[in-house]
Amino acid sequence: MGDLTRDFTDRIAAASGAKPLRIRGGGSKDFYGEMPRGEILDTRGHSGIVAYEPTELVITARCGTPLAEIETALAAHGQFLPFEPPAFGEATSLATVGGAVAAGLSGPRRASVGALRDFVLGVNILDGVPRRLTFGGTVMKNVAGYDVSRLIAGSMGTLGLILEVSLKVLPRPVAEATLRFELPQDKALDVLNAWAGQPLPISASCWHDDALTVRLSGANAAVAAAQRKLGGEPVADGDAFWQELREQRHPFFTDRETLWRLSVPSITRALDLPGEQLIEWGGSQRWWRGGANVREAAARAGGHAVLFRQSEHGDKSARVFAPLPDAVMAIHRRLKATFDPRGVFNPGRLYPDL
Amino acid sequence: MVSRAHDPELEQDFSDVDRDALVAELARLVPAANLLCETEDLKPYECDGLAAYRQVPLAVVLAENEAQVVAVLQTCHRLGVPVVARGAGTGLSGGALPHGNGVLLSLAKMKRILKIDPVARVAVVEPGVRNLAISEAAAPHGLYYAPDPSSQIACTIGGNIAENAGGVHCLKYGLTVHNVLRVRAVTMAGDVIELGSHALDAPGYDLLAVAIGSEGLLAVVTEVTVKLVPRPETARVVMASFADVARAGDAVAAVIAAGIIPAGLEMMDKPAIAAVEPFVNAGYDLDAAAILLCESDGTPEEVDEEIARMRAVLEASGATGVRVSRDEAERTRFWAGRKAAFPAAGRLSPDYYCMDGTIPRKRLGDILRAIADMEREFGLRCMNVFHAGDGNLHPLILYDATVPGETERTEEFGARILEMSVALGGTITGEHGVGHEKLRGMCVQFAADELTAFHGVKAAFDPQGLLNPGKAVPSLHRCAEFGRMHVHRGELKFPDIERF
Repeated sequence: MGDLTRDFTDRIAAASGAKPLRIRGGGSKDFYGEMPRGEILDTRGHSGIVAYEPTELVITARCGTPLAEIETALAAHGQFLPFEPPAFGEATSLATVGGAVAAGLSGPRRASVGALRDFVLGVNILDGVPRRLTFGGTVMKNVAGYDVSRLIAGSMGTLGLILEVSLKVLPRPVAEATLRFELPQDKALDVLNAWAGQPLPISASCWHDDALTVRLSGANAAVAAAQRKLGGEPVADGDAFWQELREQRHPFFTDRETLWRLSVPSITRALDLPGEQLIEWGGSQRWWRGGANVREAAARAGGHAVLFRQSEHGDKSARVFAPLPDAVMAIHRRLKATFDPRGVFNPGRLYPDL
Repeated sequence: MVSRAHDPELEQDFSDVDRDALVAELARLVPAANLLCETEDLKPYECDGLAAYRQVPLAVVLAENEAQVVAVLQTCHRLGVPVVARGAGTGLSGGALPHGNGVLLSLAKMKRILKIDPVARVAVVEPGVRNLAISEAAAPHGLYYAPDPSSQIACTIGGNIAENAGGVHCLKYGLTVHNVLRVRAVTMAGDVIELGSHALDAPGYDLLAVAIGSEGLLAVVTEVTVKLVPRPETARVVMASFADVARAGDAVAAVIAAGIIPAGLEMMDKPAIAAVEPFVNAGYDLDAAAILLCESDGTPEEVDEEIARMRAVLEASGATGVRVSRDEAERTRFWAGRKAAFPAAGRLSPDYYCMDGTIPRKRLGDILRAIADMEREFGLRCMNVFHAGDGNLHPLILYDATVPGETERTEEFGARILEMSVALGGTITGEHGVGHEKLRGMCVQFAADELTAFHGVKAAFDPQGLLNPGKAVPSLHRCAEFGRMHVHRGELKFPDIERF
């Protein structure tokens, strides 16, 4: 537990476009995004839960607070981070909440409860001037000013240094059950879309290797009723399965090949790609291991592709994130200039010229 | 509120706009029937749902398609003319108040539902489609659009996006920002941009989240994709009476602490109960200091289980009476009173003024006590309805605009409630927006550096500052004029806090 706001302010003031900063927490997501550049600004010393009010459904923590510490505090009151942010890395205790918000990644429950950005209520940041700025707050509904908190979520540290973040939390579901079905990909996509249109308490899904696994979450009666309706084969250790999936320790992810994440409409038919795929989020998130560029395929389906992990031998010139139309990129550049006018934060981590 | 001239002293000066040249250019872009220039035609557009502020624009364009929106914006951009977009005009903060030297761009004619896809569970609609019309169109598929602001019968999805509209079910189902997948919009320069996608995310910064709730200052929406969700099989509501409001507030916290997220969780205080009961005969407990309405939805088994848990928590929290709706008719009746709060206020008093502060739930007792003190101080009555689940308070100040000075006292009363909301760790607006009305509150809630950053966000989309200028984010100059000190979310002691 410590407050390094003053040190951070000095570091930012001393940085420049020629001597930029690379914001880093536990380093669990060093692999993600374009190549990090700059002198490391380690956030881990700025740590601690600032406020947690279970009955307000809000937790506020400093950027360097380990995700694991937050999850432990929430679990003591039967609550959790519903978007299930992945921690990654061998020791999951490394990942920090600041890094999780900056990366903006969500886990298996995303399709049913919403993404990380949906749970960000407020942020306190140091911008590139540096100025200390607060946006949003700790209340559920707040439309005063633009929603800068959600702009910061997923911005890969290019707009500012998150000092503190307030997240909405939820009670853990009373009951959960995991079911497994033997189904080829097209059939699995059909049933996932059909089930999503019915009032069923499905909270996660994973299709891989001709097997569909779904998780049910909710009231005891709701989970039991859905289980009777859907059938399938109950999976004994469901929690472990979803935890492995969330942390990408599922066997699909273990090898060192290039990994693409295709974010597409859930109804997109089976993508004609060589090799293995793993499908989450009711069909909306598809992982593919392979070196070819699948950006075109994702765009044709109405989505986009992220070069999530590049293998050692992969094409280093390939961009991580899909290119943006000129008018949208121009808005990005002007936002960057507003929050980081001297270009000191994570240059090139999101797009080469941001 | 009564009609009063809109304060023309906006930050930017557009007094040199040449009306005749503008009208001549617009006439080349849209059919004659879609361009209004005569005073009697402009009059209906002089205000939105907050009728206290009125201003007739130079012209009204009734756009029928995206090409017309692009053409009008490009032309106004070239001529340096301000543009204010408008949907149904139901907003309560003056966000669609026209600019006296500008064009009022109505999207109300763009009301086609382009696609309902029951398999993908999305609706693609034009901005002028009414909120409720989406749910009606999706109903045959057992789906609906979740956010349900109380004006949903009239308000448009474009306006919902501008305000990030909520409703009584947003604790469980989220706000507009949680239920919109994609927006197609036109920038002031005339560029068509798409924010979000039909997938669950999009590359780059989350500009969709920034556009939602931006009060028409960043771009003009021309097409929207919303998420549709399965309609719950059934819903029941528990109505609980309390002998004092603090106990009712504690009961709200106890429900959440028990791990329950109700589909709706609303509170009404005694003056509100007294106002609505004769109006709707909902069967409310007239002796109660406050009542809570706590709703559960889902499968019948799920609802039975949750209602039993809710009931136990409410009883343990000191409810003096608990009733559970036995059927749909009774559930509708229990809700009817809550929904009739505004019309009831209108029946009780010649005028009323609705506020929209949000506070941490645990400060409910504090703010209600402060409001009671202010009622005495200002000599005005106030009834309170409250989205208790999300801490969003709607005090309705009752007044008579024909009594000299009462309008001004009402405004001061309202501003003080909002300042108190900020001092208690909340915000000046939960769902109605800042618009023209709450500029002063913005000076209280945000520091100069934060307001400067907001102006930077605005300039990133609209460098010339022509879209809805003067709204939502006050200039620093204006804050200085208000003479209001920034109160930093309870960190600085607000003088009024001493009164508790």
